[in-house]
Amino acid sequence: MLTVTGVEARYGAIVALREVSLTVDEGELVALVGSNGAGKSTTLAVIAGLHRATRGSAAFEGTSLLARAPEDVARLGISLVPENRGIFPTLTVAENLRLGSYLRRDGAAAVRRDLDGLFERFPVLGQRRNQPAGTLSGGEQQQLAIARALIGKPRLLMLDEPSLGLAPTLVDRVFELVAELHRAGVTILLVEQNVRRTLEVADRAYLLRTGRMEASGKPSDLRSLVDIESVYLGGGPTASAASSATAASAPGEVPG
Amino acid sequence: MTPEFALQYLINALSLGSLYALMALGMAIVFGVLRLVNLAYGELIMVAGYTLFVLNDSPLPWLVLAAIAVAMAMLASALTERIAFRPVRVNSLNAMLITSFAVSTLLQNSALLLVSPRTRAVNVPGVLSENLAIGGFTVSMSNILTILVSLALLFGLNLLLRRTTLGIALRAAADDFPMTRMLGVRADRVIATAFAISGLLAGVVALFWVARIGSVTPTIGAGPLLIALIATVIGGMSGLSGAIVGGYLLGALNVGMQLLLPQGLLDYRDAFTFAIVILVLLVRPQGLIAGRFAARVA
Repeated sequence: MLTVTGVEARYGAIVALREVSLTVDEGELVALVGSNGAGKSTTLAVIAGLHRATRGSAAFEGTSLLARAPEDVARLGISLVPENRGIFPTLTVAENLRLGSYLRRDGAAAVRRDLDGLFERFPVLGQRRNQPAGTLSGGEQQQLAIARALIGKPRLLMLDEPSLGLAPTLVDRVFELVAELHRAGVTILLVEQNVRRTLEVADRAYLLRTGRMEASGKPSDLRSLVDIESVYLGGGPTASAASSATAASAPGEVPG
Repeated sequence: MTPEFALQYLINALSLGSLYALMALGMAIVFGVLRLVNLAYGELIMVAGYTLFVLNDSPLPWLVLAAIAVAMAMLASALTERIAFRPVRVNSLNAMLITSFAVSTLLQNSALLLVSPRTRAVNVPGVLSENLAIGGFTVSMSNILTILVSLALLFGLNLLLRRTTLGIALRAAADDFPMTRMLGVRADRVIATAFAISGLLAGVVALFWVARIGSVTPTIGAGPLLIALIATVIGGMSGLSGAIVGGYLLGALNVGMQLLLPQGLLDYRDAFTFAIVILVLLVRPQGLIAGRFAARVA
């Protein structure tokens, strides 16, 4: 479904991705793990059309993705929930969700039905639908960000660090949700620093290190490798505490 | 202060404030999505003003002329976006800022060359110079109309921004443009809409501004541009409500100065107004309505 081959990307003179290749097949839950600054988010940004690759290729069902604007990538059915969640703080919860269904062409009634389903799954969003999204807590914002992506019925859902900055119980919920979506047949590309939890839910995983694909395979194959590298990769309680501190300093953020 | 005097002051302040609010809003709506301070904004007012001048001898009713003038301002706004800003948009914000300065100079010089550097009189419909007696009070029709039209425009714009998907997308783009695009909203469409609304506001401002002055010059847009800039800055650049608050505040200040300053100092009214603006910014550098750009501005 998604094929990325030999992608190189830079920020000015700094090379963020050296040679990244990966594939995601329909219905799969593929994880992209690695330490901070390994290039995980940049990989997603290149696929989503937010960042230009300087070399390599990427295609979604045969259609080339590189050099395509973000809105055109979205129109192919690719949805990214970014690391900062990307909710619109001054818009209400309902307005955020309305924009999530911007590309839906199957009628207001169908959207309405799906929205009711989402409110059932995320009751807090239903209760706060008329509140500005900026007033939600970190965990609620994450739910909104995922719900907004789901209402668009994406063919490929890319989640960037969905557990970042959330309280431990909420982290559990996020991973449960990801597993649940996977069972429901949603194709997912998941980027995470929480390596152990991620390997529990993923079908396959890629290990990224300083812009290179270090390893790939089934979670069971990667686990031993990850244990050796856990010093760099984090994923333990200390590392997630550190990352929640970073998330809390972002504007409009309320720590989970 | 007699009640009549107070009412007069209130109406004058509301009327001038409404105009200032519209000016500021037209600037803020483009700033919101592009973070661009469009220095060619004043020239949109100029374009509408010269359209009225060109149509001076037209037999058409004034309302039709007014609609044509507003449409020309919208067209000018949309065209400058398409021709000047869109090609440099991907480069940098500075490139756009310089481009807007170039567009401003270009349009002003076109007016100099094609019309004249001299002031040109514009016909003003009789209704705008009439007075209206309510109870024991006399108020000018021009002020009442300015207030009513501005409020109607603000109301309509609010409806557009809250009820329509395109309007919601416009607000979303001001929050987070890349994310808005990732939901499938076309950047060009949002930006073109913002410029069209900006042109609409400039056009309506031009109608009342030109009617107040009774004439048009190539530099007629300089004053409104400055006012729009200052109103958005004291309002807080936090979004559209800040611009409106800033506009009304500036209007009230200006009329207040007219009232309070002794005759000999009236010429320095603007200096006093801006001194107060500086004081406001010293106390609240983020502007009156602190918003999400506050950190960036500071």
